[in-house]
Amino acid sequence: MPQDFRLIVNHEIRSTHTDPERPLLDVLREDFKLTGTKYGCGEGECGACTVLVDGVPTRSCITSVGEVGDATIETIEGLATESELHPVQQAFVDCQAMQCGYCVPGHIMTAVALARDQPNASRDEIVRTMSEHICRCCNYSSILAAVEQAVRGARRQESNQP
Amino acid sequence: MTHRQENTESENEFEEVERYEFRESKPYTFQADRREFVQSVGAGVIVAVAARRATAQGRTARRDEQLSERFHFGEDGFITVLTSKVEVGQGSRTQIAQAAAEEFRVPVERIRLIMADTEQCPDDGGTAGSRTTPSTVPRVRNAAAAARNIFMQLAANQLGVAVSQLRLSDGVFATDTGERLAMSDLLQARGVAAALQVAPPADGITVTPVSEWKVLGTDALKANGRAVVTGTHQYPSDVIRPGMLYGKVLRPTTLGASLKSIELEPAKAMEGVTVVRDGEFVGCVATTSWQAQQACDALAATANWQASQEQQTSSDELFAHLKNTARESSGSSGDGKTWDATRKALPESAKAISSKYTVAYIQHAPMEPRAAVAEWTEGKLTVWTGTQQPSRVHSQLCETFRLPSERVRVIVPDTGGGFGGKHTGEAAIEAARLAKSAGKPVHLRWTREEEFTWAYFRPAGLIEVSAAIDDAGKLLAWDFANYNSGGSAIESPYTVPNGRSRFINTDFPLRQGSYRALASTANVFARESAMDELAILADVDPLNFRLQNLEPGRLRDVLIAAAEKFDWHGRRATLKPNRGIGLACGTEKGSYTAACTEIEIIDNEVRVIHACQAFECGAIHNPANLRRQVEGCLVMGIGGALYEEIKFANGKLKNPQFSDYRVPRVSDLPELDIVLLNRLDLPSVGGSETPIIAIAPAIANAVFNSCGQRSRSLPIRLV
Repeated sequence: MPQDFRLIVNHEIRSTHTDPERPLLDVLREDFKLTGTKYGCGEGECGACTVLVDGVPTRSCITSVGEVGDATIETIEGLATESELHPVQQAFVDCQAMQCGYCVPGHIMTAVALARDQPNASRDEIVRTMSEHICRCCNYSSILAAVEQAVRGARRQESNQP
Repeated sequence: MTHRQENTESENEFEEVERYEFRESKPYTFQADRREFVQSVGAGVIVAVAARRATAQGRTARRDEQLSERFHFGEDGFITVLTSKVEVGQGSRTQIAQAAAEEFRVPVERIRLIMADTEQCPDDGGTAGSRTTPSTVPRVRNAAAAARNIFMQLAANQLGVAVSQLRLSDGVFATDTGERLAMSDLLQARGVAAALQVAPPADGITVTPVSEWKVLGTDALKANGRAVVTGTHQYPSDVIRPGMLYGKVLRPTTLGASLKSIELEPAKAMEGVTVVRDGEFVGCVATTSWQAQQACDALAATANWQASQEQQTSSDELFAHLKNTARESSGSSGDGKTWDATRKALPESAKAISSKYTVAYIQHAPMEPRAAVAEWTEGKLTVWTGTQQPSRVHSQLCETFRLPSERVRVIVPDTGGGFGGKHTGEAAIEAARLAKSAGKPVHLRWTREEEFTWAYFRPAGLIEVSAAIDDAGKLLAWDFANYNSGGSAIESPYTVPNGRSRFINTDFPLRQGSYRALASTANVFARESAMDELAILADVDPLNFRLQNLEPGRLRDVLIAAAEKFDWHGRRATLKPNRGIGLACGTEKGSYTAACTEIEIIDNEVRVIHACQAFECGAIHNPANLRRQVEGCLVMGIGGALYEEIKFANGKLKNPQFSDYRVPRVSDLPELDIVLLNRLDLPSVGGSETPIIAIAPAIANAVFNSCGQRSRSLPIRLV
C-alpha cells in the first residue's frame, strides 16, 4: 500500500506518496525530477545509480524508498554551488574523465565518499573501490586519474587543518 | 528461431552505411484504425509527394545545404552549427565545434552545436563507420570557409578596403591601418542574411591548411563537460515533458515466440493504468515506471506464448550451425582457387597451417539502455531518443505510423553510449505507440535485461584460415573464409602472391548488426593469430615475421612504433615466469594500429599487465580526445578478448545481465602506453573504432607465448 514519505535530499525535505517497495532511484528521477542519478542495470552491478545515504555510497536501483526512512540522501545535483564545482567534479573535468559521461555521476558519488572517508587511500584501494563501477566507454585511466586527484586534494585539505 | 538477412550494399554514396551492416524491416506492424485508414488512403498522394520531397531534400542537404541552414549567427557573438551527427561519447560535438571555430577564426567556446534534430539539421547521414571525421568535418569546414569568404567581402565593403587588406582573427576583422569590425557587429548589417542563402560553391573554397591550424589539432575539452559532472545534461532517458507518463512493454518469454492469448482485464483494472494491445505489441502506461511494470507483470501472468517452431540453436552448437547453413559466398577476392588446388601448386618444401577460429556473439551494452520519450501534438509526433541513425528512425516512424515526413520529428540528445549498437529505433516506435493510446507524452526506458536480450549483437563468426610459407618465412599462399561475422578488413594487408578471401552468408540464430569496427575485430583476430602460428612454424620472431611480409607503409610504421615503445625484443629476452608477450596489427577505415602486450597467467586466468598501442589516422584533430578513444577501444577490446560472450539455449539468453556478463572494470586496466602518430601530411580519418581491433589477437598470441597453448576463440579460453 502506498505510504507518505518525507526524504531529506540534498538538504531539502522532499515528500512523496508511494509504494514503499519502489526503488529509491525511481523516486528520485520520476517524483523529484532529479535525473542526474542514472539507471544502468537494476541489479546493483554497474554503479550508475549510486547516491550517498547517510554518507554511504548506495545503489539506489536496489534500495527501496521504504528502506531509506529518514536518512540523509545526497545526489549528484547537490554537490556543486552555482559558482563552484565540488572538487571531485572539478577533478573529473580536469582529467576529462568522461566520454559519453552517463556513468560519471555514479562514479563521482562514490569518489566523494572515498575522498571524505579515506583521504589516505592508496592507489590499490582506489582501484578496488572504483571497480564497483562500470564505464562502458572504458575511460578508466582518466577516471582513475580524476579520483586520485580528488583523494590527493582531500588529503592536503585534511593535513592543513589544525 | 533462425534469421536470414542479406548484406545490403550502400544505397547511395551519402548513406554511409557500412557494407556489412545488416538491415532489418521495421519491428512492428500496427493496425490502422478506421479514421486513420481513411486519412491514410485520402492522403496517399500527399504521402508519396512528401516522401519524395524528403528524399530530395535529404540528398540536397548533404551537398547543397544553404549556409543559413548550416549556421545560425547569434547577436551574442555565438555561432551555432547544425548537423545530423550524434554525440555518443566519441567526441563529435567538440570536434565539429573545433572545425567550425578554425574556419570562422573564433575561439572554440564561441561555437555551439545543434545535433541530430531532423526538423532543424541538414542531413549529414547517421553516425557510423567513423565517417564524421573524413566526411562531416570537411563538409562543415568547407561551408564555414565559404561563409567566412562572404563575411570578408562584406566587411571589406563596410570598411572601404580591399579583401586583401583585411585580416580576421579571434572573431574580429582588422585592416592594416588599425580599423576594426567585430564579426558579431557585421552580422547585424543589412544584407548579411540574404548573402547566406546560398550553398557553398562546389569549388574555389580554401580551408585552413594544417600548418595554420589554431583550434583543430588542440586538446579542446568536451563541450558539455560541466553539465555531465553536475548531472544536468539530459540524456534521452532524462527527458521530461509536461504531463509525461511512463511505459513498459511486455516481452515474449523466448526469442521469436508469438502471442497466442492474453487477458488485459487484470491490468486494465489497475488504477491509472492504460493497457495497449496492437497485434503482437502489448504494453502499459502509468504514472510511474514501477506501476507500469506491475501492470505488465499482471499481463505476463495471463499471457500464453507459443515458442518459435524453427530450430533452436544454442551457443554450444553455434559454430557448427554457421558452417552447416553456409550459402554461396557473397564477397570473394583473389584468384578464386580452392585451397587444395593452391596447395598442390606449391613447392613441396612449403610449410602450411590450416586453422579454425571462432568469435562469440557479444553485446555492446552501452551504459544507457535504449530510451525514448514520445509526444503527439495535433497529429504530429516528436520523439527524443538515443540512436545513431536519427534520419533512419524518422523514416521508420513515418512508415510505422503512416505519417508524412513533416509530421515526425526525431531529436537525439547526447546519448549514453552507442558502439554501433544503436542503429535502430525500437524504443522510439514503442514509446510512440504507447503515447498514441495514452494521449500523453510517454517515457520508455529499456531495462538492462531488455537491452541485452532484444537489442542486436555483434555477429558471431567462424573463420577458416589456410596459409603456406616458404623456407625463408615468406608468405606463399593465403586462403581466408569468414562465415557470418562480416567482410570488414577481410583483405590481408600482407604481401601474398596466391590467395583468396571470402565472406560467406549463413543463417544465424540471434539478431545481429553493427559493432565498433564490426567484423574487423573478428577478421584481424583470425589473421593475426594465423600470422603468429606461421611465425612459429617458420621459427622467426613474430615481429620480424610480419615485417618481412609487409611492404613499407603506414601499417609497418605503426607496428615499428608500437614495438619500439614496448621494447619488444628487450622484453622477449627478459620475461618473468607465467608471463608472455604478443603483438598484432591491422588496418580498417583508413587508419592503422598495432598493439603489443604482456600478459600473466595465474590459475588459468589471463591478466593483461601491459599494453602498448600505436595508432595513426592522418592529421589529428584533437590529440587528447583521440588518446581517450584509443585507450577506450583497447580496454573494451580486452573485454571481447577475455570475458564477453552471450550464451543462449532454447530461445533464451543465459546471461542477460552484468552480474553474468563480465565487462572490463578499472581493476582490469593494464599499464598503458599509447603512441599517436600524427601524420600532418595525410587527410584525417576517424579514430573511435579501429583501435579496438589489435588487442585481442595480441593477447591470444601472448597467451601462446606464455603457456604454449593456442586459443583460437574469442573470448580466449584455456583448457
